[in-house]
Amino acid sequence: MKKILLINISKALLLARWRQTLVAAIGVTFSITMFITLLSFMNGLNDLLDGLILNRTPHIKLYNDIKPNANQPIMNADKYKGKHHFIQSIKSDANKQAIYNSMAIMTSLKKDPRVLGYSQKLTAQVFFNNGTTDITGVLNGITAEDEIKLFHFNDYIVGGNASDLEKENNTIVLGKSLAEKLLVNVGDVIQLSTSKGDRFQLKVVGFFQSGLKDVDMVQSFSSIHTVQKILTKPNNYITEIDVKLKDINLSIPTAKEYAQLYETDAEDIQTANAQFETGSTIRSIISYAVGITLLIVAGFGIYNILNMMIFEKMDSIAILKATGFSGKDVKNIFMYIAISIGLFGGIAGLLFGFILSSIIDQIPFVTAALPTIKTFPINYSIIFYIIGISFSLITTYFAGWFPARKASRIDPVVIIRGK
Amino acid sequence: MQQKILEAKNIVKFFEDPVKVKVLNDISFSIDKGEFVSLTGKSGCGKSTLLYVLSTMDTDYEGSLLIDQVEMPQKDESYLAKIRNEKIGFVFQFHYLLNEFDVLNNVMLPGLKLNKYSREKVEHRAYEKLKLLEIEHLALKKANQLSGGEKQRVAIARALINDPHIIMGDEPTGNLDKKNSDLVFDIFKKLAHEYKQTLLIVTHDPGFAERTDRIIKMEDGKIIS
Repeated sequence: MKKILLINISKALLLARWRQTLVAAIGVTFSITMFITLLSFMNGLNDLLDGLILNRTPHIKLYNDIKPNANQPIMNADKYKGKHHFIQSIKSDANKQAIYNSMAIMTSLKKDPRVLGYSQKLTAQVFFNNGTTDITGVLNGITAEDEIKLFHFNDYIVGGNASDLEKENNTIVLGKSLAEKLLVNVGDVIQLSTSKGDRFQLKVVGFFQSGLKDVDMVQSFSSIHTVQKILTKPNNYITEIDVKLKDINLSIPTAKEYAQLYETDAEDIQTANAQFETGSTIRSIISYAVGITLLIVAGFGIYNILNMMIFEKMDSIAILKATGFSGKDVKNIFMYIAISIGLFGGIAGLLFGFILSSIIDQIPFVTAALPTIKTFPINYSIIFYIIGISFSLITTYFAGWFPARKASRIDPVVIIRGK
Repeated sequence: MQQKILEAKNIVKFFEDPVKVKVLNDISFSIDKGEFVSLTGKSGCGKSTLLYVLSTMDTDYEGSLLIDQVEMPQKDESYLAKIRNEKIGFVFQFHYLLNEFDVLNNVMLPGLKLNKYSREKVEHRAYEKLKLLEIEHLALKKANQLSGGEKQRVAIARALINDPHIIMGDEPTGNLDKKNSDLVFDIFKKLAHEYKQTLLIVTHDPGFAERTDRIIKMEDGKIIS
């Protein structure tokens, strides 16, 4: 009852000066609008740039590096146990590239609750024969289905259909730049040779464009079985297992654990791409800083308008106090005024922010580097809206607090006698 | 035995600015229930200052003040606000209505603040008070559309809404013409004699003071009669 009375008085005071109120509310609305738009747009861009690398990068890559065997024969000789070994002319062991016991590893990954999914992979160095010249390239044996599901493979296919890799044997998806060099179209047959000299003919079923030209110049994809055949390896031969976790932040400890458990090398995404995190964080900090600055400016606007209102309403405040409203009541009345400006201005700001970011979302943004992006990217996360309305309430609260305190301390005797 | 509504004991007050001046010098008196008292004196004798001390709005004094035989603390601002709301009604020289509200709401505000009756009941009471002062036809007008005399009558209705122990007036007729002054005086008289309402009115108008039941005369911060 008492609260309702104070709110009614606030409402009457607000509506009596509705133009001023509107100006104050528009200040809040404008800053919240810009805050929402800026953050949505910035984070949309962040997601886009991160996605460029992170979408295609496994959270944990299990593989065997080409390196000397850590367990040399002399170490096993009883005679030299505990001695210091000098070994010369050690060679890296390339035959160990295959992941041993890959089937068992995959079965165990399937059961791991932290794992979202995995995709097996096999890489071969090949030469694409183009008349008299050979172009070096990398042929990746993949399971198209898993790649599409886990690593957004389809987003980077600009012609043809990646699923055809599974449907037809001896098929290939070429990097866009590579295909341009080879002058081939979907449906054409190309010839490639392995480092051992074997020649194969593969049918082109699609083009791949990652947005990074260096990658598109050398990469190509085929099914695992096709690559195993090209390399003349058995069908349990794979060189890489790409794991996607449910929580990317677990990648460092999980990678360490897998390296020990499966006796392979394990590279986690955070070590591999640390610089992307940093870039995103800095962009976010800048957008928050700008947004909050806008809000603080709006806060000063509210502060000014409330101060003016209190100056004008001296008589009313005096009479309220004389008829039994305490300083606290008067303070609450002005706090309600400030908060309602913040609340209504803020809600309008959220609405306009949403509309403005929707408009930006419609603006065409075509770049050769990003085949699937047609318009400016926007992130519509609810978090920005929650932060926006909370900040508008907090700023208006503090902007109202000082004038309200001033109003609560007005001495009615001074006002009434002052006339 | 008459009931003492208001009692002042040895009240002393100084103005500090610009030099220390004793404005109220050892003031003691009391007002009984149903009395119609006027407080008069020359300009600057401290009568308004005394009224604001008695009204609890000015707490910067020495001595003690009893309203309804309860000693008023000088510190507790929200308690004093409650006392003003419940036990004191005010009428000022300048009418001081809230221009944002209509007449009815102006009268209702202290009643709603008291929160003793429901909104409907307070509204009903407000109409009763307006009727008593013969201005119920103005109920739905905005406060700034009224004439001076009408405003002052609305202010009296507002002072009455919580059935206060005492109504205090600071030159309530000072800003009105003869006709309206008489009207306001008649209202006060009617309240005092028909409704046993206690009234303490500060005035420098001797004609007004003479017609009240009791005159307290002040000079240089002292009560002289």
